[in-house]
Formats: sequence, structure tokens, C-alpha cells
Amino acid sequence: MEKRELICIGCPMGCPLTVELEGGEVISVTGHTCKRGDVYARKEVTNPTRIVTSTVKVLEGKADMVSVKTREDIPKGKIFDCVRALKDVTVKAPVHIGDVIVPDIAGTGVDMVATKQVL
Amino acid sequence: MKSYDIVIIGGGPAGLAAAVSARKEGIESILILERDKELGGILNQCIHNGFGLHTFKEELTGPEYAGRFIDQVLELGIEYKLHTMVMDIQADKVVTAMNREEGMFQIQAGAVILAMGCRERSRGALNIPGYRPAGIYSAGTAQRLVNMEGFMPGREVVILGSGDIGLIMARRMTLEGARVKVVAELMPYSGGLKRNIVQCLDDYGIPLKLSHTVVEVKGKERLEGITLAQVDEKNRPIPGTEEEYSCDTLLLSVGLIPENELSGGMGVDMNPVTSGPRVNERMETSIEGVFACGNVLHVHDLVDFVSEEAAAAGRNAARYIRNGKAESKGHVVTLNPVQGVRYTVPCTIDPEKMDDTQIVRFRVGNVYKKCTIGVYFDEELIISRKRPVVAPGEMEEIKLEKAKLLQYPDLKTITIKIEEA
Repeated sequence: MEKRELICIGCPMGCPLTVELEGGEVISVTGHTCKRGDVYARKEVTNPTRIVTSTVKVLEGKADMVSVKTREDIPKGKIFDCVRALKDVTVKAPVHIGDVIVPDIAGTGVDMVATKQVL
Repeated sequence: MKSYDIVIIGGGPAGLAAAVSARKEGIESILILERDKELGGILNQCIHNGFGLHTFKEELTGPEYAGRFIDQVLELGIEYKLHTMVMDIQADKVVTAMNREEGMFQIQAGAVILAMGCRERSRGALNIPGYRPAGIYSAGTAQRLVNMEGFMPGREVVILGSGDIGLIMARRMTLEGARVKVVAELMPYSGGLKRNIVQCLDDYGIPLKLSHTVVEVKGKERLEGITLAQVDEKNRPIPGTEEEYSCDTLLLSVGLIPENELSGGMGVDMNPVTSGPRVNERMETSIEGVFACGNVLHVHDLVDFVSEEAAAAGRNAARYIRNGKAESKGHVVTLNPVQGVRYTVPCTIDPEKMDDTQIVRFRVGNVYKKCTIGVYFDEELIISRKRPVVAPGEMEEIKLEKAKLLQYPDLKTITIKIEEA
């Protein structure tokens, strides 16, 4: 049996978690104080994921940059592919919160969306 | 002179939440004064996620969180002025401000809400020896350059201080193609949230060196490198532990200081521990009708708590305007932070006037493991809360019940302390 100690990143409490694994299968999660912790622990030891945030250039807008995020969390191993795919992306103002900036970013099936309004 | 019932100094998260809550309490005449070109304050440059879990039960980025409050301010038709710098506030609540359109002007406020936020501790406050080359930034300045203006400050980065902004910038600079070589922290513990160590440093293999500091800065025009050394328990560098790092950028994430020049100028009673005003349970300062909330009051880790505190300030400012006079001075209970507890917000509570539940927030001065937070009504232990670990980087809170306080008519002091096993 394998034991892994994690810190939950679900919220700022940062609960210390212990996950017990047997042959790659999660047997138990302890230390969490809410459901989010259990979900995070199971994902983190099998398929860790993160939300990725960045910025892209805006043309003809009141600001030079607009902030963006992956609408959902994507596999950790795809983070750099995701920021690379944003490298030369520009958008034309106006941009609204939730506008899709890059659909299906880096083949993750997840859209990159704007998180700020730029008029 | 123009007059408003409530003038709010600062249009960041605290000012916005205070304005929304005061309007919802029925105050029509509200003005927000903001010195930047847009509302939202520091949240506009905090493009990472992790905001709003308490307030909106979902995880938002900084601009999205600000957007929710800005939308409410617009929908409620609350007046605001941008590009407007407040120069002075008098104890009689005359606010002197200036902007390009109107020049210098004065406003008579019925109540004032201080919501100016905080600023970063600068390099000057740290006295790092060496030259003063280009390439040394506060972490927040670098954050603004990268996220709002689209510039990269450099390619090879060392970060001094493990505050949350430094940790967030370690990840951000890495994602933008820089090499972040190390994060050095003077204290034996991190000043940031644990989750940020995991998702900003561990995820990218960036080492965190505790009990280390920068002892030399190299380069005359542009930063060329720095020397780190380990420090002893009195924070003195230990000879022989020096390590050299080549880098073109040094980011400083060494603490935040509430921005209280205006508060001090108007004669508000300050708490030297937080560098913020002393407030009672209504978030009211020592000057009646002057309220404070957010990072100008004490530096927070979580914007959700800023919004909550600011909503209380807005509600109470509205009540002050509606009543048309200050609350009579009733029974005042003093909060007494001792033994590991550095301060409390609020500083005093009036049991008659408090809400049914009062959250008292505080920070501890050191890392304590397997400890108990003890709350005493005078000599009597009332609350005893076990905590696996408390640390200076993470704000703590306790809840006081009005019903309980009212059972103690002669109560003078509520003492809060850390008790180690």
C-alpha cells in the first residue's frame, strides 16, 4: 500500500490530506474538511488538473491586455502547451467576460475564455 | 461645496462592497473616489483563480470577482469618479480631492468609508546591500507589468519573500517563459498560503529556501546576480552559507502596508501592529461617522473576507446617516490580544449594538502546532478551539455570540491567546 501526503488547493484553508493507494487505486482519503478536498485528492493522485490563467493582447481596446482562463481545469501536463497556444493570439475589442478566446485550447477540449471586460 | 451622505475613498474590492451594501440599506447619495483609470483595484491585476469561494460559492479570477461587484455598482447607479486622488480628509469630513477635469475640489461627506487598500513594502525598507541596478521590482509591480501592460520584466528571476504575490508571480513568470531559480524567505516559515506553495512552486519545481536572505546585489546598470545566505535565529546571515545566483530580475514580496496617510491626517486613532485604524464592532474608527474596511484596516489573505467586512462598514455607515447622529457610548468591551495573538479586528465591542454574531479576525506572530485558541471573558475561559497548526501567513477568526456577551453585564475585557499543548 502506498500513502501520499497532499495539501488541498481547493480553497485557502489548505487542509493536509492523506491518500492511501493500492495498485494505483485510491482506497481512502483523510484530512479533508469538505467535499472539495476528497475530489481534489482523488484527482491529484490519478489525473492532476489545474485551471490555467494568462493574458492575451487586445487590439483597439481601452486596455492593452485581457485576462483569460481555461473554463475548466485541464490536465497538469498540458499547462505549457496551453500557454504556448496563446503566444500569438490577439483579440479585437470589445471583449466581454466569458467570451471564447481560443476554443478547445491545446486539444484539451476546454475553451480559453476572457475573464475581464475590455471595451 | 457639494455634499454626499457617504463618500468612499477607494474603488477596489472594499470600496465596491461597502458602496453596494450602503445603497441596499437605502442610502441614495453615495460617491466612490478612485485614483486609477477603472474600478476594481488590485483585483484587476490578479488574473489567477481562487477568488470568491466564500462569497459566490464558485472559483473566480480577480477580474471576474471585481466584475461582479462593478456590475452591481453600475446597476444600482452608484456615482463614482475615476482618475481622482484624495489629498486630504478633515475630521469634520470635508474631503479634498483632485482630478484633471475638475482640478482641486472639496466635498462635504456625512460619513466617510476608508477603503484605500495597502501598498507593497519596498526595497528601501529592507536595506539590501549592493548597487542599485535596474531589474529589481516589487512583486506587485511585476504583476502589473506582465498582466496588464504585457511586458516581461526579465528572463532569469529570483524572488525574495514568500508572500502570496511573490508565489503567484513565480508561477506567472514561469508560464511566460522565465526561469524562476529560487524563492528565498527570511523567516523559518512561508508568509503565503499553503495552497500557493503547492500550485505555484511545487508544480513547477521551484525551490523555496526558508531562513535565507539576499546579502548582495550584483550588477551596475542591470542586475547580474544576487548572493543568498542562510540566516540564524536572529535573522543574521551565517558566514560560509553564501550561494550565488545569476539573474536579471529580483522580485520582492516582503509584505504589505495599509495605506493610511489620509486616516492619520484626519486624526484617526491607529493600531501600530496593523498600521491600520482601530475600529469598533461597527468598523467605525475613533472619529464618529468614519469607517474603515479592507486592506487599509488590516492586510487580508482573502478578498471574500474583505467584501464581508466592507459590507458591514457600508451597513453601519448607512445606519449612522439614517440615525442622524453618533451612537451613544454604551458598554464597551475591549479585545485584548496576548500570547501569540498579534492584534484583533475589531478592537472593541459594544454587546448591545453588535450583530447577533461578531467575527473577530486576528493574526498570530509565529507558527504554533497542535495549539488551542483560548477566548476568555475577563478571567473565565469561554471558547477553546483546537487547531492543528496556525501560522502568521493565514488569518484566523473566532465567532462571538451576542447572547453570550449579554450574559456578562460587567464584562470588561475579552482576551484571546494561543495556548500550546
